[in-house]
Amino acid sequence: MAAIEAADLRRTYRTHTGTLRRRAKEIEAVRGISFAVEPGELFGLLGPNGAGKTTTIKMLITLLIPTGGSARVLGLDVVRQAHEVRKRIGYVFGGERGVYERLSGYDNLRYFAELYGVPAREQKRRIEELLDLVGLKDREHERAEGYSRGMKQRLHVARGLLHDPEVLFLDEPTIGLDPVGAREIRETIASLTQAGKTVLLTTHYMFEADALCDRIAVISKGSIVAEGTPLDLKRGVAQGTVVEVEVFGIAGEALERVRALTGVLSVAVEEREQAQVLVVRTEADVELTQAILGNLNGSDVGRISRREPTLEDAYVALVSE
Amino acid sequence: MRSSLRLVLVSWWLQFKMIMRSPFDGFGNVIYPLFFATTAFFVFRAGDSPRTLIYASLGASVMGMWSSVSTSAGSAMQRERWWGTLELLVSAPRHFSLVLLPSTLGLATVGVYNLVATLLWGRFAFGIDLTIEHPLLFALSIVGTVISFAGLGFLFAVSFVRFRAAWVLGNFFEYPVWLICGFLVPLTLLPTWVHPIAWVLAPTWGMNAIRESALGGTPLPDLLLCLALGLAYVGAGVLVTDRVLRAARVSGSLSLT
Repeated sequence: MAAIEAADLRRTYRTHTGTLRRRAKEIEAVRGISFAVEPGELFGLLGPNGAGKTTTIKMLITLLIPTGGSARVLGLDVVRQAHEVRKRIGYVFGGERGVYERLSGYDNLRYFAELYGVPAREQKRRIEELLDLVGLKDREHERAEGYSRGMKQRLHVARGLLHDPEVLFLDEPTIGLDPVGAREIRETIASLTQAGKTVLLTTHYMFEADALCDRIAVISKGSIVAEGTPLDLKRGVAQGTVVEVEVFGIAGEALERVRALTGVLSVAVEEREQAQVLVVRTEADVELTQAILGNLNGSDVGRISRREPTLEDAYVALVSE
Repeated sequence: MRSSLRLVLVSWWLQFKMIMRSPFDGFGNVIYPLFFATTAFFVFRAGDSPRTLIYASLGASVMGMWSSVSTSAGSAMQRERWWGTLELLVSAPRHFSLVLLPSTLGLATVGVYNLVATLLWGRFAFGIDLTIEHPLLFALSIVGTVISFAGLGFLFAVSFVRFRAAWVLGNFFEYPVWLICGFLVPLTLLPTWVHPIAWVLAPTWGMNAIRESALGGTPLPDLLLCLALGLAYVGAGVLVTDRVLRAARVSGSLSLT
């Protein structure tokens, strides 16, 4: 039995536009995704902002009811058996929110230990263990409002582990952290699977997913566009060449023309300071630089370069399609 | 059962700690009751009857308690949204009512300070000498009133979880309850159609119980009615909690601030 299973999972939000003449509008945040995570696996959901990662995780942790499809965690249905699911999962999200700033780190953990039903006689020992694990020992009696972002994030991780859950959902746990803080969190995450936990991690950092995950599903615009081990994804882009063209104001039609060229595998536009960079991945044996430039009439062109594709290109290509 | 009681107690203490550590809330709690009391004393001093002033003094003290619960219960839920903790509370395995109740109980407990501050303000600033006829029943009436206020605050808070703008309701209910429940003006002076509304509001009976015990009377029936209504609010709140949470999970409104 898979630890986490999603089958054709969908979520639509209803929103309104206009003030006086309000119109209902439906937004499909998740468009029928399916995946399975095996026990003890660290599975990554990788995608850009707005791809549907957080919506997916919130359906799995019972905070949102899917509008279609189904999901099971440890064999339990996330809608019909929500209460049972909650007992056996932990949830950690990134950022500074989710902490009672006026309470100490210790009191934060004490409060959630009660909420998660940790037996009274075990609470003290469990909290001490976790403070040790996340490196907050000696600072636990200070108010959380004085903690750095990294410390708050580590407090989040400790909170998520209080009731020793079998499955952990980590929603962009390193977002906004400095490199040292992010590395510490990543080390803690890596140690979780060694302790037998199943982890579902969402991130928009390719290197993070690559370094931590056994398998990755790339999600874009609410759909899974690729799934496999980090090695599988790398293999998918090992061939080809990347042409980068610095442009100043590129029209949508020009982009479409470049995309239609024979031999072009993917096209993406990256914003870099005041310019845009057109990143075109082409087949290895074709030379398309001149053809690309010929299709950019009307745009100011700057520096042009050719290079081998990287893993980052694979990700950009997948989420730009 | 034991662990639920422990959860309520620990949560109540930590919620109370948070409220007391907020400089803004603290300042409001210190100043507000004094304003209420001063206004009431000036209005009722015109009557030139010591008993009327004591009546007003007790009424103003419960006004402060009620204001603390009605306005803060909504904003407390709103704060949980801003802090990003509401989703964590909802996704916890304990029944959400056990999470919410200690929060409103903590607010109602702060209201006890309002009561004491108002009575002391009346004593030292306006020379109102309050002799409590039945001290034990007076203390029990305060406890009963706190519990019933917490129950009503809990019922409000459940709706605040589903509807973000519902905290406005807390402010909306603040003043009518002062009037309808006889905090300053006896219920008998109000139109008869108001009476049934007053009867289903626990503050009416809490206020009566406090006055009867302080001024000499039979507070027990009022106290029991106050407690019964408070518990009924809690029961109603528990019953609608699951429905409200499901609606919030369907609409996706839990994460909105």
